[in-house]
Amino acid sequence: MIPMTHFLILGAILFLIGAMGVLMRRNAIIILLSIELMLNAVNVTFVGFSRHLADMTGQVFAIFVITVAACEAAVGLAILIALNRDRTMVNVDEVNLLKW
Amino acid sequence: MELYFFYMFSGGMIITSLLMITRANVIHAALLLVLTFFFLAGIFVLAGAEFLAAVQILLYAGGIMVLYLFSIMLMNVEVAVRMRQWHRQGVVVFVAAVLLGLEIWAVLKGVEFPAAKQWEWSLGATPGNVEALGAVLYTKFLFPFEVASILLLAAMIGAIVLAKRTIER
Repeated sequence: MIPMTHFLILGAILFLIGAMGVLMRRNAIIILLSIELMLNAVNVTFVGFSRHLADMTGQVFAIFVITVAACEAAVGLAILIALNRDRTMVNVDEVNLLKW
Repeated sequence: MELYFFYMFSGGMIITSLLMITRANVIHAALLLVLTFFFLAGIFVLAGAEFLAAVQILLYAGGIMVLYLFSIMLMNVEVAVRMRQWHRQGVVVFVAAVLLGLEIWAVLKGVEFPAAKQWEWSLGATPGNVEALGAVLYTKFLFPFEVASILLLAAMIGAIVLAKRTIER
């Protein structure tokens, strides 16, 4: 039996790695990949709680998280393709038209 | 034995995800994230979530990541490899990460978890994980399930509208 704190610590480490990827990289695709990593870190926590409490609800919510991740990937990639169409813009700090 | 596999999978996940956020080439980063998801599927099997492990490989590694790779190939990403890869905000990010880590550590240290409940789980048991998950998903969580399908429909329409070249009025 794996202790639940192991799952929680693994989820926290992965979430921090994903957050650092989002904050430090300029490449928009890597930022989207880091967001996927953060969503999966949440899934680790959900499944750990589901194991610990012997309750299926955690796994059901992990499925909903995967659904949201699929939606986020589709819309995010569509935005990137639209940005990439007229001129090459793959870095997030080049998209600064609305920046104050 | 279970614990050794857990350490192996989690070590693999942490190494591949650290490599993922430091790559200059996005294709390499996407493939490293696929590897991370394979390790994560192993952790799901160890936690008794067999269906989620299968979904992780079939849907995440096989569906979402392939969508990423196709989109990367539609874009012009070769120029980005030669550009500066990092924001000039490393100190701020480091401080934020340390603060968030300390916060998570404090929460984990201070909280009292309820005692672990034993569930009679074993690999290949009947009724297995898929039956149990389906019984909960289609009864207690039927309404959130339908809402999730509407969310997928909205995301599909949004993606088509955003990626379309011109929209006729």
